[in-house]
Amino acid sequence: MAELSKNDEPQDVTPNVSKVELADAHSEAESVAAVEAPVGRGEPILQVRNLKKHFPLTQGILFKRQIGAVKAVDGISFDLHQGETLGIVGESGCGKSTVAKLLMNLERATAGEVFYKGQDITKLSGRALTAVRRNIQMVFQDPYTSLNPRMTVGDIIGEPFDIHPEVAPKGDRRRRVRELLDVVGLNPEYINRYPHQFSGGQRQRIGIARGLALNPEIIICDEPVSALDVSVQAQVINLMEALQDEFNLSYIFIAHDLSIVRHISDRVGVMYLGRMAEIGTDEQIYEHPTHPYTQALLSAVPVPDPDAREHRERIILSGDVPSPANPPSGCRFRTRCWKAQDKCAEQEPLLAVPERFKGQDSPAAHESACHFAEEKDVVGAA
Amino acid sequence: MTTIEETTPVPSPRDAGADGGPLLDVRDLHVEFHTREGVVKAVNGVNYSVAAGETLAVLGESGSGKSVTAQAIMGILDMPPGKIPQGEIRFRGQDMLAMSAEERRKIRGSRIAMIFQDALSSLNPVLTVGYQLGEMFRVHQGMSKKDAKAKAIELMDRVKIPAAAARVNDYPHQFSGGMRQRIMIAMALALEPELIIADEPTTALDVTVQAQVMDLLAELQREFNMGLILITHDLGVVADVADKIAVMYAGRIVEQAPVHELYKRPAHPYTRGLLDSIPRLDQKGQELYAIKGLPPNLLRVPSGCAFNPRCPKAQDICTTEIPRLFPVTEQDGTPVTGRTSACHFWKETIHG
Amino acid sequence: MPELTKSADEATKAAAGAAAGATLPEPKPEKTRSLWGDAWQDLRTNWVFVVSAVLILLLLVMAAWPGLFTGADPNDKDLANHYLQHPHYGNVFSADWLGYDAQGRSVYARAIYGTRASLLVGAGTTVVVVLFGGLVGMLAGYFGGWIDAVLSRVTDMFMGIPFLLGAMVALNSFTERSIPVVIGALAFLGWTQTARVMRGSVITVKSTDYVQAAKALGAGTRRILFRHVLPNAVAPVIVVATISLGIYIGAEATLSFLGLGLNGVSWGNDISDGGNSIRVAQFIMLYPSIMLSITVLAFIMLGEAVRNALDPKTR
Repeated sequence: MAELSKNDEPQDVTPNVSKVELADAHSEAESVAAVEAPVGRGEPILQVRNLKKHFPLTQGILFKRQIGAVKAVDGISFDLHQGETLGIVGESGCGKSTVAKLLMNLERATAGEVFYKGQDITKLSGRALTAVRRNIQMVFQDPYTSLNPRMTVGDIIGEPFDIHPEVAPKGDRRRRVRELLDVVGLNPEYINRYPHQFSGGQRQRIGIARGLALNPEIIICDEPVSALDVSVQAQVINLMEALQDEFNLSYIFIAHDLSIVRHISDRVGVMYLGRMAEIGTDEQIYEHPTHPYTQALLSAVPVPDPDAREHRERIILSGDVPSPANPPSGCRFRTRCWKAQDKCAEQEPLLAVPERFKGQDSPAAHESACHFAEEKDVVGAA
Repeated sequence: MTTIEETTPVPSPRDAGADGGPLLDVRDLHVEFHTREGVVKAVNGVNYSVAAGETLAVLGESGSGKSVTAQAIMGILDMPPGKIPQGEIRFRGQDMLAMSAEERRKIRGSRIAMIFQDALSSLNPVLTVGYQLGEMFRVHQGMSKKDAKAKAIELMDRVKIPAAAARVNDYPHQFSGGMRQRIMIAMALALEPELIIADEPTTALDVTVQAQVMDLLAELQREFNMGLILITHDLGVVADVADKIAVMYAGRIVEQAPVHELYKRPAHPYTRGLLDSIPRLDQKGQELYAIKGLPPNLLRVPSGCAFNPRCPKAQDICTTEIPRLFPVTEQDGTPVTGRTSACHFWKETIHG
Repeated sequence: MPELTKSADEATKAAAGAAAGATLPEPKPEKTRSLWGDAWQDLRTNWVFVVSAVLILLLLVMAAWPGLFTGADPNDKDLANHYLQHPHYGNVFSADWLGYDAQGRSVYARAIYGTRASLLVGAGTTVVVVLFGGLVGMLAGYFGGWIDAVLSRVTDMFMGIPFLLGAMVALNSFTERSIPVVIGALAFLGWTQTARVMRGSVITVKSTDYVQAAKALGAGTRRILFRHVLPNAVAPVIVVATISLGIYIGAEATLSFLGLGLNGVSWGNDISDGGNSIRVAQFIMLYPSIMLSITVLAFIMLGEAVRNALDPKTR
C-alpha cells in the first residue's frame, strides 16, 4: 500500500492493512516521483489563478460570427492542498462542472492558469499533458453514462494501463485490475462482465477504480454520489474517504448536496454564476458564513429533523439565477440579494477577507466576496 | 356501468374533511410487470390512506415501488407490461379500479392531479403555457378561449409567477426550471382537485428554488384543504412538510408513522439505517453509517423480509417469514396511533 | 489514523462482501452478455429475423453455387425448340420448369444465376458506401468545426443529385458495364445517407461521459475513435446499411431494365427482356421479379429486425 502512495512522508506510512501489494509499481512510482518533486502534506498541489471559460455564442453555419459569450467560469482562484478535500458547492449553472473540465483539461481555458506543482497545465499539450493526466484523474457524476457499454469491466479499468504502458507491464495488467476491483469493494471475478450488469453504486465503484489505476495524486469528483440511491451514497462516500487515507489523495469534490460536502471536505468554496462567492474551512463556511448567498443556500437546505421546521429561520430567495450569458453588473448576486445597495451594482466585490474582519482571530475572517459581509448563523449549530 | 355514479352518490368535494373518512384509501395493492426476464413484482400489498388537508410522504429508493403505486392511483400505468392482479384504490369510498375508463378519466385531472419531477418534459413544447393552462378549463368546464386565458393568468398569479399577464403567451422553454415547476403546480391546481400526488416535485431543482416550490405547495394545500401524497427519497424534504410517512422497500411498506415519531425513534432497521446514513455535524471526520449491500433486484426479491440480507438485526426468522405490519406500542403496551412496522424485531428496534 | 484506515478498510471489505452476497446467488445465465449479445438474444426469437435470415442464407448459397439448384445453363439458347415455351410446373427444378424466354433460354436457370450479380452489386455497394460514408461522417462528426462544415456541405451537394439519375448519367459513359463499374456508379451517390447517419451518431457518442473519461485518461484520438466512438456509433449505420443493401439491388435491376445495367445475367435484364413479350408470356417477367422482390424484402426485413433489437427503447 505504501508503494502506491508515492508522496508519503515517512511518518505518514500507514500499516499495511490492505491486501493490495503492487510491488511492481514501486520502482515506477519512484522514478516518476524523482522527476516531479514531491509535495508535502498541506502544501498547495494545485493552484488555480483567475481561471475563465467563456463559451462563444455564434450565429451562421458556414461563416460563424460571435454574438456573445456564456461566461460559465469567470475568474476564479483557489488552492488545493496536498491530502485535503476541497468541496465546491453551487447551484446548477454556477459553473462548477466547467471548473472540473478545465482542471482536467477537457476544455481549454479562455484565460487564467492552473498550476500543478508549479507547471501551468492549461498551456500543455501532447506528451507533457499526458504525463500530467496520470496524476490528475476524475470520477464522473453519472455511473450509467461514464462507462463504455461495449467494454468489459476489465477493459475499462485496464484502459489506463494501455494508454500509459509505463505504469504496468503488459503481463501484469489483469492482476492489477483484479486488485483494483478488490480495493473498491467489488468481487474480482466480475472482471469479464459488462457495465449494464451492475447497479449504480457498483458502477460508480468501477469508475473510482478506473480513476485510481494510475496512482493519481489528485482526483476530481464531479457529483460522484448524486445519481445514487440514498442508502448507497454513504457506502461510496466511505469508500472515497478510505481511499483518500490509503493512497494519500487530494480531492476536489464538486456537489450540490451541502451536507455531504460538509462531511467530506476540509475546505469549501461556494460558487455563484461563474464566480467564487466565499471560500474557507468547512467550519468557517457552515457555521460562520458571511456571504448572503452562502447564508441563503445553507438556510434552504432541508434539515432531516421535523422538530426544526417550526422555529427555523429560512431565507427564501426570490427569483432565479440570471443567465451567465448576461450576468448582472457589479456583484452577481445583487439581483436576488436582500442587502443589495447601489454600490453592489457599481462595484464588483473582490474575493478577500472582508475589511471588518481583517486581522481578527475569528472564524468569520475568511475570504468572502461581499461588500456587506456579516456573520449570520443560519444552520443553528452554534 | 354508467349508473354507478347515480346509485352511489359521491359526497361533494368541499365537505371532505367533515365526514372523517379518508380521501384516498389504498388497500392491498399489487402491481407487477411482465418482462422478458420474468415477472417484476413492483408493488406487493401496499396499504395507505390520506385524509383531506393531510400530507402523506412516501419515502423510498429507486425500485421501492413508490412511483409505481402513484401511477396506479392516477391510472397512468402502462398496461401492459404493467398489471394490477389485486388490490383496491378507494377514492372517497369508491374503488377506482372497478370504474370504467371514462369515469376514471373524469376523476383524473379534476379531482386527483399529479405533479411530475421533470416539468420540461411534462409540458408540451409547441404550445404556450397559457394555452396549456387554459386547456383544463376548456376541456373540463367548456369555457371560452378568452375566459380560459383569464383563468390561466389568475393561476399563474396564484403560483407567484412574476408578470403573469405578460408571460402567459410564452413557451415552456422560456421559463426557468423553478418557474416551470410552478406552472406544473398551477396546472395541477387548475380544477381545484381534492388530492395531489407529487412525484419528486423538487428533485430536479436547486436548493434555493426547491425551498420556494415546497413552500408554495404547502401554502396552496392549506388554502384548498387538499390531500397531498409526496413521493420522495429526500429525508430533509419529508421532515419539512409531511404529517405522516410511509417508508417503502422492495414494493412493500415497511414502516408507517407520524413524522415526529419516525425521526425520533424509527421502528424499522431500514428507516433507522437511512436516518443514520445522513451526514451529521457531530460526525465530522468519522465514517458515515452505511446500510450494507445493494437494493434488491425485484426479479429476485429475497425470501422472508426483503431487507434481511442488508439488515444488522436479521435472524433466521427474517429469511423464512414475511413480517406483517405490526402495530407499534409503547414499552408498557399502550398503542401509538398511526404507527406500524413490518419488522419481526420492531420492539428491539424502537425501544432497544 | 491507523485505526481509521483500518476500520474504513474493513468497511470496504464488508461492502464488498455484501455486494458479492447480494449479487452472486442470483443465477446469471448471461455471464458476459454484451449489448450485441442482448441484441442477438432478441433476434433469435424474432420470427421476422429468422425468416429473413433463412432467405438471405438461401440466396447466398444460390449466388455462390448456382449449379446446386439447376443443371441448365442460363446462356444456353435454342430458339428452335424453346421459343416462348410456357412453364412445365410438373418438372420441378428442371430447365423447362418455369418456361423459356424469347431467346429460348431457361427462365428458371436465369433466375438462379441472376442472384449472384444482384447480391454482388448490393453487397459491394454497401461495403463501399459504409466505408466511405462512414469515414466522412465520422470525421465530420468527431472533429466538427471547419472539417464538419466542409464535409457536410459536400455531402449536401451529393445528396442534391437524384440517386438514379446520377447513376444513369454515370453508367451511360461506360460501354462495358461490369459489376465494379455498377458498384462504383451506385456508391458514387449512395454514400451520403450513411455519412449523415454516422455523423449524427458520432456527435451523440462523442459528448458522452465515457468518451470524456477516456480523454481525461490521456487517450489519443485514434484510441478514442476506434475503441469508444466507433463501437457505440456504428449500430444505426448497420441498420441503414442492411436496409439500403436491398435498395441497391433494386436500383441495379432498375438500371438494367433501362438498359444501363450490367452486361450479363441479371434479374433487371431479364425483367427488361420479359417486358417485350409481356402480352404473350407474362411468366418471363414474373419470375425474376419475384426473386428480386423476395431479395429486397429479405434485406429490408433484416434491417428492421436489427434496428428493433438494437433500439434501447425496446428494452
